This record gives sequence, structure tokens and C-alpha cells, in this order.
Amino acid sequence: MSKLKKLTQQQLFLPIFCMILVLCVNMIYDVSQGRDFYEFFKIGIQNELLSGRLVNILNRGSEVAILAIGMTLVVSSSAGTDISVGSVMALSAGVCCTLLAGAAAPQATELAVPLIVGVLAALVVGCVCGAFNGALVAYLNIQPMVATLILWTAARAIGLLVCNNLIVYVRNDAFAMFGGYIGPVPTPLIIAAVCIAVVTVVLKKSALGLYIQSVGINKKASRIAGLNSQKIIFLCYVLCGLCAGIAGVVASSRITSADTNNIGLNFELDAILAVALGGNSLAGGKFNLAGSIIGAYTIQAITTTMYNLGVSSAVNPVFKAVIVIVIVAVQAPPVKAFFKKLSAKRQAEKEVKGAVGV
Amino acid sequence: MKKKVLALTLGLTMALSLAACGGNTGSSTSGSGAASGSGADASTSGSGSSGDLITVGFAQVGHESDWRTASTQSAQDVFSEENGYQLSFIDCDNDSATQLEAVRGFIQQGVDYIIIDPIVSTGWDAVLTECEDAGIPVIVIDRTIDDSDKYVTWVGSDFKTEGLACGEWLKAYAEAKGITEINALVIEGSTGASATIGRTEGFKEVADREGWTILDSQNGDFTEAGGQEVMESYCQSYEGQFNVVICQNDNEAYGAMTAMDAAGVSYGVDGDVIIVSFDSNKPAVQHVLEGNMNATFECNPMAAPFVEEVIQQLEAGETPEKEIYMDESWFAAEDIVSSITVDGTEMPIIHVTQEVLDARPY
Repeated sequence: MSKLKKLTQQQLFLPIFCMILVLCVNMIYDVSQGRDFYEFFKIGIQNELLSGRLVNILNRGSEVAILAIGMTLVVSSSAGTDISVGSVMALSAGVCCTLLAGAAAPQATELAVPLIVGVLAALVVGCVCGAFNGALVAYLNIQPMVATLILWTAARAIGLLVCNNLIVYVRNDAFAMFGGYIGPVPTPLIIAAVCIAVVTVVLKKSALGLYIQSVGINKKASRIAGLNSQKIIFLCYVLCGLCAGIAGVVASSRITSADTNNIGLNFELDAILAVALGGNSLAGGKFNLAGSIIGAYTIQAITTTMYNLGVSSAVNPVFKAVIVIVIVAVQAPPVKAFFKKLSAKRQAEKEVKGAVGV
Repeated sequence: MKKKVLALTLGLTMALSLAACGGNTGSSTSGSGAASGSGADASTSGSGSSGDLITVGFAQVGHESDWRTASTQSAQDVFSEENGYQLSFIDCDNDSATQLEAVRGFIQQGVDYIIIDPIVSTGWDAVLTECEDAGIPVIVIDRTIDDSDKYVTWVGSDFKTEGLACGEWLKAYAEAKGITEINALVIEGSTGASATIGRTEGFKEVADREGWTILDSQNGDFTEAGGQEVMESYCQSYEGQFNVVICQNDNEAYGAMTAMDAAGVSYGVDGDVIIVSFDSNKPAVQHVLEGNMNATFECNPMAAPFVEEVIQQLEAGETPEKEIYMDESWFAAEDIVSSITVDGTEMPIIHVTQEVLDARPY
């Protein structure tokens, strides 16, 4: 009993529980369809590549997972959200593809510049956008949502300008690698894993994680304690922009083209939702990166579930909304308090009964 | 002091916003510098005189796709000065407010005809009434206007016929190939788009009649990424169960092909899966030529020649039809089916060769 209690009190318990809940929906559906209960969880090798629903979730959820890293830091340090990440993705994808296509745009098969130049340019663009947001928030004290609203509209528009309002195709195998496979493993999955690993190590091995939390909890007190609060917030936004740049490259490489109108569309909302689903407070302060990552994959799990259930596209958003409501409600403090009270009551009743028995 | 600052700020704001408005109208008139002058001439001298140019205002949606660019190009080619027209073209960049202003600008210029490709289908009654009062006939192309009928005619595609044609071709193709069972997967376009509704309806009609199985129909949002993700999921849900994939536009088909490559499913001519798309942009026709895709069904962007016909009818004092459907072509990779019958009309299936591809304008 006490072990179970300990388990449920872990910070990551609820995010993981919600993810399992979503996966269970598939299991129940598969059984009701007369398939094996493990049908959804089966991982196999098809055409020498890893395949299976779980692989799809990990693969397709990579962009949101990468965005969620940056978003978690931003939320924690500045108690606000960066709503420009989706547009920055589109911009960096546009810059990357336009550079790679060169004069052959919008239909290129050969790379005009070395691959690394295009990718680095995309990452630099991401960082610059992040720095812009960061400067507005950290040094000019503008509300994060208002500050990032600028790039939310502008970045996609600049991206469209860069691409001359056309879809720029770069049908090149080397470029397709970022969204394809290395050996049997999907590359986006590897990229996401590397990003998570690097950030985790940096946060754990240096005091940066602690600094971010302390700035988020109380900016003034942190400054008095000797932390450069503004610099830390600025850094978080730059990191968030970098993450958006990486996600943009992955997304455009998947389709070997820069569809600036559609890449990263509404991804900022998914990224924010991922942070919330991970049990992080959007009011800033303490954060749990692992929770956000699980949240990101939960969102993708919901999408994949919709495909598995064959829910018609018209009612799909409603289904998604219902699942999100359940997940968020389970994690809401009043609901948590209610369950705590319930279990306490039971405990008390038991004790009373025990006393009577004696 | 405070009041003075406030007044100054307000004054500046007003001046700036006025300047912004001025800039807008300025650009629309400067785009057709000579047009306004000769337009006035044409309207005063009446439509009978053949020496004057006919002025046409065209409020285009934007230039978001190859299809749209082809549509614009078509208008610029047809309404050229050699053909006796003066075109005022405005690209509205997918902003419906800009489009309304553009149309009002045309009225002020006093053009002879206005062509609108409406960005949104509602909110048009007021401005179309203004056009009517000014005596300028309005021709709507491509997308539709739902809340007003104060336009002369609408020229566009019949999406249901496209869907029907796809079904009829598939039927004839399957018969010729000896395929008895059709298990189709559909990758739909954006939910609620008229193209999605029409193409789904048309294909489903044939499928129901022929007793085909439509295994699943999911939304791919008309994008390559959408098509890829949906197809990836299909490849797992219906592994080895499907032999037809219907993509409701070209980009979804590109995505579906990448997903099938990854899953090791063979498609196209000589493949296990028949894959078709709608729109027929040049890269798609190229895929058909190479045998990666079995067929593609055109959605014709070249509305301008049809519009010109309407204008000529109006000039001659005739009344054109209220709805005009454009001719569209169907392209196939193999020379097996030469024609199909849709709604009692026989339509040819074009076998794609290098010449056909080279002749494609977009």
C-alpha cells in the first residue's frame, strides 16, 4: 500500500499514467476488433526498417518533443510561452531549402551548397529569432506572449517571402536523411534523443537548471542572490529558437521540401500542451523536462490512436479534445485533492472499523 | 502638456493610417496606370467600338501554389493588349479585406468587367451590389460566392465529375487488368473544402455502385506531410489488404509514395498498389510518365479563356450561362483505357508521353 502511494506521489506518475491510458484505448479497441491485444505495441522490421505504431509515435512526435524542450525552459524561466516556435520552424525550413535549392528553386534535385551550410543556416535563423524574442522579454520586459506574437505572424510571412510564396522542393537523398532513416532507425527519433540527452546533461551537470528554476520562482530574489536573471531568460529563449530551428529542418526533410504555409502550423499549441501535460505549471518555476517529453509523445499517441481507430477526419478534433480534457482534468489540483481526501476518508473508516473490532 | 502629447499622437496615428490607405489605393491604380484612362474611354464610347481596349479587373486570391500561379499566368496571357484587353491585376495575398478593397478600386477605375476568385465565400453582397449599381458585370472563377447572386456567371471545376471520372477510369482499368476486387484507401483533402467534398462524393458514388470496399478515408490536409503520415498509418493498419490509394491532390500523393517506399509497398505501373491523384501539376504528370503513379485527374486552373468567351458573349449582348464548368483532362500512365463515360458524356483518357508533359503549361 505504502509502495503504491509512494509511486503515485512521484511527479512523473500522472504524465506516464495518462500516456498509458491513451495506449490502453488502442489495446481495448484492438481486442474488440478480434486482434491480438499487443497488436498496437508490436514492433517489427518491415523492408529492413523499424515499423510499428510505437515507432510511428516516437518518430512523428519528434518535432513536438524537440519543441517541448525549449518551451519547458521558456515557461520555467519567464512564466510565459513562446508562441512563435511554429512560425520559426517554417522560416528556418524555408531558409534551409532555399539555400540548398539555390538557383534551381523551386524544383531542385542537386544541392546548391553543402548540406551542412543549409542546416547551419536554419539553426542560426532559429537562434536569431529566439534572441529577438529573448531580448524583448528579458531586457524590455514585454509580456512573453505579446513579444512572441510578433514573430508568430512575421516569421511565417518572412519564410513565404524567402520561398517566393512557392513550395521549394529539394528532392535529394542526402537532405532526406534527416527525416528518413539511419540504418533501421528513424532519424528524427535519433535527433530528438540527442537533443534531450544534451539538454539533460547540461541541466544536471551545470547549475543552469537550478538557475532557471530560481529565476522562474522569483526573478528579483534571484537577482539579489547574484544571478543575472535577464541573461538566463534570454538564454532560454535562444535555446527555444534553436529547438524550433532543429524541428524545422526535420519537418522539411521529411517531405524534402519547404511548404512554408503548412510546416509547423499550430505546433506552438502542441508544444505548450506538451509542457502542460507533463505536469509543469505554466506559471513558471520548477520544471520537469522528462514530463514535457512524455507529454509531447502523448499528443502524438493521441493522433496515432485516431488513425488506429479509423475515426473519420470530421470528428477527429472532437475526439482529441475529449482525451485532452480527461488528461488535464486528472492532473488538476482540485481533482487530485478530491482523491487524496477520498483515500484519507477510507483510511479513517478503516481505522474506526479496526478500533470497533478490538 | 499631457493633452498636447495625446493630441499629437492621435494626429500622427491618423496621418499614418491615412497614408497607409493612400498607399493601398495608389498601388492598385499604379498597377494599371493606363488602364483607368482608357477604361473610362471604353465605357463612354460603348462596347460597340472595336478599336478601344476592353478593361478587365482581376482580384486574384494570392500566389500560394503552382496551381494559382498558372491561373494568374493564364489571365495575363489571355487578357493581353494584342487580344484587345487591358488587365488590372491585383494579388490579394489571401486577405479577404484586401480583395474587397481591390474590387471597390476597380469600380472607381470604371473597368468594363471584374473577375473575382473569392477568398471567402460570404460577405460579398454589399460590394457586388455596388458593382451592379455601377453597371459592371462580375465574373466569379474557381471558388464560389454563397451569399449573393449578383454576378453574371461562375467559371470553375466540377469536383464531383473529377471524382466520378476517377472512379470510372479505375473501373475500366481494373477490368482491363483483370483485377476483380478493389480495396481502396482514400487520403482526403482539408475537411470542408469544396474539392474534398466533390471528389469524395464522386468516387464514393462509383465505389458504391460497383461494390468496392473503401477501407478507410482520412484527412491529409492537402499537404505532403499529411499524406505521408496518413499513408504510414494505413500501411500498418491495412498491411497487404489494399490495392488502390486515392490521393485528393498531388502533394498528398508525393507524401504517400515516400511512406510506401519506407514500408516496402510497391506502387504505380507494375506495382501492387494503384495510386492516383487529383490536380495534375507538372511534377505529378512527370510521375505518371515515369510510371510511379497510375493516373492523375486534372483540376484546370486556366479559367481565363472561358472568361473571355463569357465577355465576348456579353459584348455581343447575349446572356451567358450562370454556371460554366471547364474542360478538364484525365491522364494515365498506360495506354489501356482510351475513354470513359461520365454522366453520359464520353471523355478521353490521355496517355502521358514526353510530348504531353512538355505541353503542360503548369
